[in-house]
Amino acid sequence: MTFFSNIWRNEKSREIIVQIIVLFFLGWFISWLVMNVNANFEALGKDISFEFLFIPAGYDINQYLIDYNNRDSHLRAGIVGLLNTGLVAFFGIILATVLGIALGIIRLSKNWLASKIAYWYVEFTRNVPILLHILLWHGIIINTLPHPRKAISLAEVTFLSNRGFYIPKPLTETGIELVYLFFVIAIIFSILFAKYCKRKQDLTGIQYPVFWINFSVICFLPLIAFFISGMPVSLEIPALKGFNFRGGMHMSPELAALTFALGIYTAAFIAEIVRAGILAIDKGQREAAESIGLKPSKVMNLVILPQARRVIIPPLTSQYLNLTKNSSLAIAIGYMDLVATLGGISLNQTGREMETMLIVMLIYLSVSLSISALMNWYNSKVKLVGR
Amino acid sequence: MSEKTYKPGNYPDLPPPPGTVGVYGWIRQNLFSSISNSLLTIISVVLLYYLIDGIIGWFFLDAVFDADSKIACRKIDDGACWAVITRRVGQFVYGFYPEAERWRIDITFLTMFIAFAPLLYPDIPKRKWLLYFSVFYPFFAFVLIMGGYFGLQKIEYSLFGGFMLTVILGVCGIVCSLPLGILLALGRQSNLTVVRTLSVCFIEFMRGVPLITLLFVASSMLNYFLPPGTNFSILVRVIIMFTFFSAAYIAEVIRGGIQAIPKGQYEAADALGMNYWQKTRFITLPQALKISIPGIVNTFIGLYKDTTLVVVIGLLDPLGIGRAALADTKWNGLSTETYLFVALFFFVSCFAMSRYSLWLENKLNTDKK
Repeated sequence: MTFFSNIWRNEKSREIIVQIIVLFFLGWFISWLVMNVNANFEALGKDISFEFLFIPAGYDINQYLIDYNNRDSHLRAGIVGLLNTGLVAFFGIILATVLGIALGIIRLSKNWLASKIAYWYVEFTRNVPILLHILLWHGIIINTLPHPRKAISLAEVTFLSNRGFYIPKPLTETGIELVYLFFVIAIIFSILFAKYCKRKQDLTGIQYPVFWINFSVICFLPLIAFFISGMPVSLEIPALKGFNFRGGMHMSPELAALTFALGIYTAAFIAEIVRAGILAIDKGQREAAESIGLKPSKVMNLVILPQARRVIIPPLTSQYLNLTKNSSLAIAIGYMDLVATLGGISLNQTGREMETMLIVMLIYLSVSLSISALMNWYNSKVKLVGR
Repeated sequence: MSEKTYKPGNYPDLPPPPGTVGVYGWIRQNLFSSISNSLLTIISVVLLYYLIDGIIGWFFLDAVFDADSKIACRKIDDGACWAVITRRVGQFVYGFYPEAERWRIDITFLTMFIAFAPLLYPDIPKRKWLLYFSVFYPFFAFVLIMGGYFGLQKIEYSLFGGFMLTVILGVCGIVCSLPLGILLALGRQSNLTVVRTLSVCFIEFMRGVPLITLLFVASSMLNYFLPPGTNFSILVRVIIMFTFFSAAYIAEVIRGGIQAIPKGQYEAADALGMNYWQKTRFITLPQALKISIPGIVNTFIGLYKDTTLVVVIGLLDPLGIGRAALADTKWNGLSTETYLFVALFFFVSCFAMSRYSLWLENKLNTDKK
């Protein structure tokens, strides 16, 4: 008796006992699940196999970045879907970042009216479900924009209609390589120049307008090359043929709605993150910077933002991740992303719920786990070293 | 040389310079302090003018509140056609709950505020008695909504819908996910390797996948994992998934709170000879929960908003009802009206929640500045 009570009173042995019990229950639970799955599958005459991935998918996808037709395999359909997810996430992230940072800064501005407008934008946007945003934008594009024949045209080259947006498509011709080459040279030059200026400043204290010089080099060098090589880019302008536009680049109503909705919704969160990040910087930092005579833009660029960045970037990344995960709601408006292709139509056609959902979940999981690993690394790198 | 003395009252305070006080001063300081600021103000005013002008016209002045169809609406005026809402407002609120039994929902909903009051407002009078009611309330609500006892007609889950379904899913998810979230957060901070690994795996998995895939699992796969022949309602399955999903997020929020507690607190607790559960109950959780209130409420708001996703697996939440209305040829194309109406409902409830969280945060903020 005393033997057992001694074991129980010893912290180390008690921990081991508790863990063994937990493991035992876990093992029992898992084997229970596996047994159930086996029994259910036997009753239904199903099995687990991934061979369905290689049989023809047999359905069409209206938006694809790589070649696809309905004779291609389910695997390829899934990849097309994955790329579509990436596409909408990419556009959405750009929109959300630009809008979010602008709104966050406006909210902090001294202008009462502008700051209130930004505040109510944020409140209205983030308190409404993302799915509603998506459906609302989709509805607006489908129902209120005119038919292609009466499309709203911007300068006769870009057309907005309820079949989506048509913008001119740049077509590259021979000689474009020179522009690319000059672009690369400009980038390499600006990196070296920035390093040189940094060293010069460290040694002598003299500052150069690095940003503006680099900016103009990156802009103008490829432009010069563009003219030297005889303007090797032509625009393919969309034209009305029959009931719809032909040519140009097409942004389907679904992609447009999804981009707007995700961008506008996430921008509200990003605005709050940016605002909180700037406010998190101790008041004394700004006062000290002002008292040594830095002008407002320098106070922001040299003192506030470098410190705020450390606070802002981790939650910003998690918002990007949220945006990517939210893009899975595309299925509600019929945009063919990963969930809609592999987890939607392929699932329904092959009846392999287990396998398709497993693949879809694993893909999302690996993306978000790798991003959070990256963030942990970043956090540990920029962490203030305390006591 | 005369010595100057200032006697009180002889030299009255001068008024502040004109243009720094009053309405004029306020406008000058807040709207026109510099050229760029004035420009921003003018842009904002123009923007607001067009926005408000358009909104009031479309929403109210040119809107039609009752008509038989979209075409009839358009004949009357060219603003919003709210008839699609007013003709179906019962469905938007109660789903397909039988009309004669809707009083049950009303009572459940009204008493919900009484049940939540002592939990949300710690200073409420007679709190203890109200708390007894809060404990008893879930059973009361279950019986009243589901029926089947005390001569109440039994109502099928499949008839639930509308805002009622949103509130049921949201409240059940919130109530169940907080305890689970706390346990997961403690598990993640535990010394026991097995417990910690399990918690981490669960949390990271739930946070890593989109909610919609979990709902697909709930609707089409969960039965495979249960003994053959088991079948329980899709509503319960969805609530379980919501609970798991938001518990993982809450766990992360609370973990942040736990990690923010100074180490000295634990050392003091150890020095007093407290065991793990005492330490957790009296030292860790009260402080950690207080710090993490804003995060927890944000997670709740997220969960509440995410209840709209059930429309994808075919439950009739307000969005589902709205889409059904839009599928009707009479109302085809009135998506803006329908979705804005639902959006207004969500805005009001989520905004109220975030205001409450701000209030509580200020109230619990003990380090006065």
